[in-house]
Amino acid sequence: MQKEKVIIVEKLTKRFGQFVAVDNISFEVERGEIFGFLGANGAGKTTAMRMLCGLSIPTSGKGLVAGYDIHHQSELVKRNIGYMSQKFALYEDLTVAENIWVYGGIYGVPQKEIAKRTDELLQKLGFESERNALVKSLPLGWKQKLAFSVAIFHRPKIVFLDEPTGGVDPVTRRQFWEMIYDAADQGITAFVTTHYMDEAEYCNRVSIMVDGRIEALDSPQNLKKQFNAQDMDGVFQQLARNANSNGY
Amino acid sequence: MVYFSSWRAMQIVMDIDMKQFVSFVSKEFHHIFRDRTTMAILLLLPILMLILFGYAINTEIRNTRIAIYDPSNDEATRAIAEKLDASEYFTVIKYLNHPADVELEFLKGSVQMVVSFSQNFYENMTRTGDAQIALITDGTDPNSAKTVATYATSILGQYQQEKFRVETIPYHIDTHLKLLYNPQMKGAYNFVPGVMGMILMLICAMMTSISIAREKEMGTMEVLLVSPVKPLVMIIAKTIPYFFLSLVNLTTILLLSVFLLGVPIAGSFFWLIVLSLIYLFVNLSLGLVISSFAQSQLVALLMSGMVLMIPVIMLSGLMFPVENMPKFFQVLSQIIPAKWYIVGVKKIMIKGLSLSAITLELGILLGMAVMLIGISLKKFKHRLE
Repeated sequence: MQKEKVIIVEKLTKRFGQFVAVDNISFEVERGEIFGFLGANGAGKTTAMRMLCGLSIPTSGKGLVAGYDIHHQSELVKRNIGYMSQKFALYEDLTVAENIWVYGGIYGVPQKEIAKRTDELLQKLGFESERNALVKSLPLGWKQKLAFSVAIFHRPKIVFLDEPTGGVDPVTRRQFWEMIYDAADQGITAFVTTHYMDEAEYCNRVSIMVDGRIEALDSPQNLKKQFNAQDMDGVFQQLARNANSNGY
Repeated sequence: MVYFSSWRAMQIVMDIDMKQFVSFVSKEFHHIFRDRTTMAILLLLPILMLILFGYAINTEIRNTRIAIYDPSNDEATRAIAEKLDASEYFTVIKYLNHPADVELEFLKGSVQMVVSFSQNFYENMTRTGDAQIALITDGTDPNSAKTVATYATSILGQYQQEKFRVETIPYHIDTHLKLLYNPQMKGAYNFVPGVMGMILMLICAMMTSISIAREKEMGTMEVLLVSPVKPLVMIIAKTIPYFFLSLVNLTTILLLSVFLLGVPIAGSFFWLIVLSLIYLFVNLSLGLVISSFAQSQLVALLMSGMVLMIPVIMLSGLMFPVENMPKFFQVLSQIIPAKWYIVGVKKIMIKGLSLSAITLELGILLGMAVMLIGISLKKFKHRLE
């Protein structure tokens, strides 16, 4: 049985004047997949991700995210995705419960459902006693976990994670990836950008962008075989060596 | 059936947007209520400013020390000196014997004004009409020198009028000063509208721009942009708490000015509120425009401080009369919303004029509001490319 495709990208291109930031990329992501989106700074991965989130209009090409056209149905795309960036994007001066309530409300989760899911969530994270604590009083790792939980609180089809583990210690990073796996088991597709090559190994499939183009796309295992490299870092080095954007 | 399902869909969309809006607005209120220090400052600010302007930075004069040089020493000069001394504005502390002592007194700093009569004052006044009084003031502080001289001239004028009524001799009258609407020359009549203009601008423009800049700085703006929140919902939700805070402040200022400072609302209360509401919209949208340029709270603060506060203090007529400014600044002051608001408030509140007198101010402020809201909406959308 063929799996449901939640992201379909065909010949997607974004130009800023003469500069081609994203050059004719095509790929597909399946439901429940953990998809790594790698590339050096300036390779165009942020621009590509912004287009997929409905923040930026493609110059040409097509993209379907959660079944909706990213150009013409960005409103519906936004309703069906979650987003978390390196900055935690929680309100530091609001409590844990208030943060959940605000984001739940923004995504139109009904009040009763918010209350129910908040209880479940806090129990699962072991944050019950922190329910009314201000977010700024929480340790970094906790904030990160909370930010991820908030990003998938409205049960999106896809969650976009923009360098989610920047500046976090290895133990917390490990725990964080367990949460991503957990979400993937529930059918939430994770679209992750990262700088850590060991994290790339955790992904089901990895794409590597160089100068606006996708130069490689496969499972980490196959990529290592293809490039005859020991680890993902080796694969990445071989590809990035030829890039114009290297050295950013 | 099709009709039914599309109606349901519309209902769901409306429903979600309302919920979004409610949670967004209450989030903004949470931010304000949680930061108690800032909230206390915002609520106490108008009180503080009114007290500061009302008592500390007092441009009124009271018991100013003056000296008198009186070579005539006749009926008229003694009466004038007495009248000056009797007024609450002046206290005669010294009689000088020699013209050279005048400068000495100023150098010592013991007096702020010397009243110098000409020789044979009474005779000249009644016969030739050539009686002269010199009001010598300390020009190192031009503002208060001018005020002191104005007060003295006004008292001299009163003396002449009284004389004119009692006796039928054709006195030479060279001063005629009458202060309409503010006969006691109370400073409060000037600064209450000024403080209103300043406070409302501070709360609306500065706080709105800072609160949006904070979202950018914290990274929460990024998340909001990815979320299905519409920019319009976000903008309105951001401004609502500061709108209410401004209304609270407006009430405080009006209550204080009526009951503590004795400045009555002479004209229509309704139109005063309408004028204030339009002014609020101007400033809220100004805050939104600033926030689209400022990427951090500090920049937003500096921009609203430099770009808004200083011109308002300098050019709105709050401190210095616009008419006395060089042409360039007079023209510049025309684009400052606070200037129009302050003029409008003075017309309604102090002069008690009707709506027809402030149509220009209302129209200009309305135009500014529409223009700025347009710009801020466009700028906001632009961020999404």
